[in-house]
Amino acid sequence: MSKGEIVMGALAPHPPHLVYAENPPQNDATSEGGWEELRWGYERLRESLSDRDYDVIIVHTPHWATFIGTHFLGVDSFKSLSVDPIFPNLFRYNYDLNVDVELSRAIHDNAADSGLLVKMMENPDFRIDYGTITSCHLVNPKWDKPIVCISSNRSKFYFNSEVMQANMIKLGEATRKAVEASGKKALLLSSNSLSHRHFTVEPEVPEDMSKEHVTNHNQYLWDMKMINLMRDGKTKEMIDLMPDFTEQTVAETEAGCLTWLMSALGFPDYKATVHAYGTVIGTGNAIVGWDPRKAKI
Amino acid sequence: MRDDNVRKGILVPGLPHPLLCPEKNEGWQRVRNAYDEARKEIEETDAEILVVYSTFWPSILGHQIQAFPEPEWTYVDEEFHDLGSIDYKFRMDPEFAELAVDKCKERGLHARTVSYYGFPIDTGTIVALKLLNPDNRIPAIIVSSNMYANRAESIVLGKSIRDAIDSSGKKAAVVVVSALSNRLHTVEIDPKDDKIHSLKDHEWNSKFLEYLEKGRLEDVSQLSRQFHNEARVPKVVSFKPFWIMASIMGQNNLYDGNVLAYEPVWGTGSAVVTMTPAEDTAGDLEYDEDDPEFYKGDREVLDFYDQPEMGSLEEADGH
Repeated sequence: MSKGEIVMGALAPHPPHLVYAENPPQNDATSEGGWEELRWGYERLRESLSDRDYDVIIVHTPHWATFIGTHFLGVDSFKSLSVDPIFPNLFRYNYDLNVDVELSRAIHDNAADSGLLVKMMENPDFRIDYGTITSCHLVNPKWDKPIVCISSNRSKFYFNSEVMQANMIKLGEATRKAVEASGKKALLLSSNSLSHRHFTVEPEVPEDMSKEHVTNHNQYLWDMKMINLMRDGKTKEMIDLMPDFTEQTVAETEAGCLTWLMSALGFPDYKATVHAYGTVIGTGNAIVGWDPRKAKI
Repeated sequence: MRDDNVRKGILVPGLPHPLLCPEKNEGWQRVRNAYDEARKEIEETDAEILVVYSTFWPSILGHQIQAFPEPEWTYVDEEFHDLGSIDYKFRMDPEFAELAVDKCKERGLHARTVSYYGFPIDTGTIVALKLLNPDNRIPAIIVSSNMYANRAESIVLGKSIRDAIDSSGKKAAVVVVSALSNRLHTVEIDPKDDKIHSLKDHEWNSKFLEYLEKGRLEDVSQLSRQFHNEARVPKVVSFKPFWIMASIMGQNNLYDGNVLAYEPVWGTGSAVVTMTPAEDTAGDLEYDEDDPEFYKGDREVLDFYDQPEMGSLEEADGH
């Protein structure tokens, strides 16, 4: 068996607004569009993947929050309806997805070996979180690849950002080793926004783009700081700044997804491709790809 | 008993263990038994509507109120999925939910009903309604917990709900779903070894329960900020349940408190407490928190460029 590899890693945020704006047949709500910059960014990310063959999508999601360790989906398939608890008017999505349980368990076992507390989720009635569905839909709307879904352990709340990051670095290493041992080609998704202070009201027409902007200038400056570090290939510096960034912008990086991704990719020192930056109900969202082929040039 | 449109206030915890596996721990069973006692207390009143405020249902866009007539699902908790699935079917009161939203708007709050098939009702509400109202004898509404709301907004939300109760002419029971101390064991434990996560958490829980037993609901409300700092993992900006409960129930200390159980559930301080309006218990004490009537929105403290009352910034030369 040949060695498996991570073919690409991506920051793939999950505002349900982006699915809503695309009007896919799976979503019951309909829109007149909106958030085009981000949706076109996802289009560019998909184009960048068009010449990459991969077997599985591994997604780390903030909206499956767990406090007793990190959990992994352990059932072959799920089919149900996902209704967003915050934006039910926008996202009522009928999903039908497959899980690569073998790889899921391999990551689980590797993580356990490295000292992390882990658990397989084996209840077939479990409902998949809307963050996972949104990120996976926007990257692969055909849903023709199985996924591995990893919960976000909220050690930041119980300890601090540094503990969270230390755990996510271990989890990233465990993920990479499992992928390599599996012989599979994997796409990794960090399903999170950057700055994450929302508006607390919604326009009468949710897709009214005249109302969309970043919540405050502070968030914008911090988002740009982080994105520029990605563009410059300074991901270790980005991780060092992460606790401050998270604190200052109530960033969704608190869930650990981006730290996990950077660790799995071996803290890239090559330039990331920023496909888009835009805001959704005040939060900062970047769509960014890391292509390991760039490391080989 | 004092004649009040809110017949009863009930504090209950929301983790699924007392519903799904009470037999695994004597304390969990005592919480389950206390739920049964609270259910009997509710049944002995003439309450016509259950108002559920759940700290397990976060919202961002103002305040959401469940209005789907008969939500039905097979639910699995995202943390304790190995305990099994929960089938539920509840009865909501959409008309009352609409009224509550109207009253919120009258006081300046952003609020809306949610009425969608398949909406994910939270673990805490499911546990509370399954155990307190198993046959759906009383219709309910469920009120979300806005993750950004602080005290002023929470007090106004409580008053808005109270407005709806009084305006409807209905008698109500108010169910608040929340742990006291909320620090979970972050490792797997043998259920029989469960205990409150720390002595400090236990001491603060005990202090709150001492006040509640004396009927001092408003005093507990006034101490919520301190409790948040001392005994809560700060997942949200503030500890809101007693602000809401006290605000709906009239902001006083005139209650008969009944602590039916206090036990650890996976490390959290899990109490079942009922508060019944009384003529005279602890009386009015000294309060120092504000008592807002209307919500006037975010103060935009970061967006100082748009604050005309600040005036123009002084030039470098002082002119």
